[in-house]
Amino acid sequence: MPAAGDAAALPRARPGAPGRRGLWTDAWRRFARNPVRIGAAATALLIVALSLLAPLIAPARYDVVNIAEPLAPPSPRHWLGTDAIGRDVLSRLLYGGRTSLEVALTVVGLGVVVGVPLGTLAGFAGGWVDYVIMRLVEVSTALPGLLLAMLVISVLGSGVGNVILALALAAWIEPCRLMRAQTLALRDREFVEAAWAQGATTGHLIGRHILPNALGPLIVVVTLNIPRMIFSEASLSFLGLGINDPLPSWGKMVSESVSYLEVSPMLGIAPTLMIAVAVLSLTLVGDGLRDALDPSKDQGL
Amino acid sequence: MTGRYLLGRVAGLGIVVVVVSILAFALMHAVPGGPFDETQMPLPPAAKANILHKYALDKPLWVQYVNYVGHALRGDFGIPYQSPTETVLGLIARVWPVTLLLGGIVVAISFTCGLGLGILAAVRHNTWLDTLLTALASLGMTVPNFIIAIWLILILSVRLHWLPTGGWGQARLLIMPVIAYSLQPLAIVARYTRVAVLEVLSSDYVRTARAKGLSPARVVARHVLRNACIPIVTLLGPMIPDLFTGSIFIEFTFRIPGLGKFFVSSIFERDYPMIMATILLVAVLWSLTYLLSDLLYVVIDPRVRVGARGR
Repeated sequence: MPAAGDAAALPRARPGAPGRRGLWTDAWRRFARNPVRIGAAATALLIVALSLLAPLIAPARYDVVNIAEPLAPPSPRHWLGTDAIGRDVLSRLLYGGRTSLEVALTVVGLGVVVGVPLGTLAGFAGGWVDYVIMRLVEVSTALPGLLLAMLVISVLGSGVGNVILALALAAWIEPCRLMRAQTLALRDREFVEAAWAQGATTGHLIGRHILPNALGPLIVVVTLNIPRMIFSEASLSFLGLGINDPLPSWGKMVSESVSYLEVSPMLGIAPTLMIAVAVLSLTLVGDGLRDALDPSKDQGL
Repeated sequence: MTGRYLLGRVAGLGIVVVVVSILAFALMHAVPGGPFDETQMPLPPAAKANILHKYALDKPLWVQYVNYVGHALRGDFGIPYQSPTETVLGLIARVWPVTLLLGGIVVAISFTCGLGLGILAAVRHNTWLDTLLTALASLGMTVPNFIIAIWLILILSVRLHWLPTGGWGQARLLIMPVIAYSLQPLAIVARYTRVAVLEVLSSDYVRTARAKGLSPARVVARHVLRNACIPIVTLLGPMIPDLFTGSIFIEFTFRIPGLGKFFVSSIFERDYPMIMATILLVAVLWSLTYLLSDLLYVVIDPRVRVGARGR
């Protein structure tokens, strides 16, 4: 029966596909209106690409030591010179980006995996479940995240795994808070109540109504958390509480450069610039996404 | 109503501090290894048991915790491993003023300059000056302060030879730490001020004041500033513990003998009494400043009712 089939397909297609495309197209249009954001997004993508391709494009491996050639100035062989034990700075910079991204993405991912279910649960269940989860949030925010990470590392020791764990202890809070607020706001909206009245299960309500509507703000939080975690990893590594040798990290390279700034300033310039550019461009992208995905909340920048 | 609200908040603060102390205590005792390094000097079992008994280390962990809290409440936080000739409290009393001095200067600079620049950007909204200040604020807010510090060292010390790369004790040694350190809080204050002032500038009473014929400067001073202050006051609370975290990096980079530098060295040396005391100090300070800034908010803005906020 073609006529009945069309009739059934029509109302489903109309609110579905075109409306969805409209939202994301609109968001892209709002994002692209600002040339600074396009530049920031391009820069961020470039940094990600360079870091991912580090094994292919780096002139040397990050741990090749050449004692005969310490603190060499930039030259055609070593574009950014060498460090105190003769390792190629450019190569370490590229591999260091890999470390930073690896840590930042894992931490942010863990934060979402833990925070989103907890926040949704708190918002949906209410009562004592909400109370317990919110007190947990309160205790976790009784110390600045970076300080908490230092405390954990003082016990567990440094290293990639421990840094990820230490930073993840605070990274779930923001996604959790956001999802709780979103769930509370959406739970009593008419369309959710209507679905509930029609007998929809809790899983269906969360999967079909709550999560898709909270996706925009969640993307913004995630995007803004990535530069924050790059910042945190660099800070820990700068103090010597982060990544262990011989793996390079931008923060560690800054810390290693401090004693040699007089002799070879490039050792300090290169990693500090990379951290600044990476953090700044990713933050601008996050700010742009916030304006693009939520036009009602103009942050004014 | 107000009394009950206040009591509830203080109780909540106490609970948070107790939970933090329990977690930190448990964390420090979860590590393998104890105070005795027997690789160098093996102890006879009886002597070891004696010592363990003397310092109550043979008791269950919760008894040790209760003992710790009992001592801590009387001001006894133990002996720092890194400086065994003094007490933890004595060490903190010696080095904290350095951090407080630095932090005080930074708060003063970031609030005065931040307010000024924020108002300037708002009044010159959508001009090149606004754009420039906004861009600088983004830079200051996102880039870690130790990176600003390295850039300052590269320019002022390495290139221009104007200032030594670090140290403490002379006024000119404060220049680089204070600039690197205050950029972030300054940027935050400026950014919030700008948004707050822009909001107030578009309100009806400001339009009325302008229509009455008040000069723009008077409008800003009499009407805009007072109302724009409300959201800015709430910034001060969360900023203070963040300032402590910031001072860790500044003191580490510029070799300043403050609490932040000692905190880092206590992590390296696994100086648990010192770590515990610093963590507790920061937890108490942070909770207190949150509470105070909430109360200040109520005092400044009569529209806010206690109990309505904070949840």
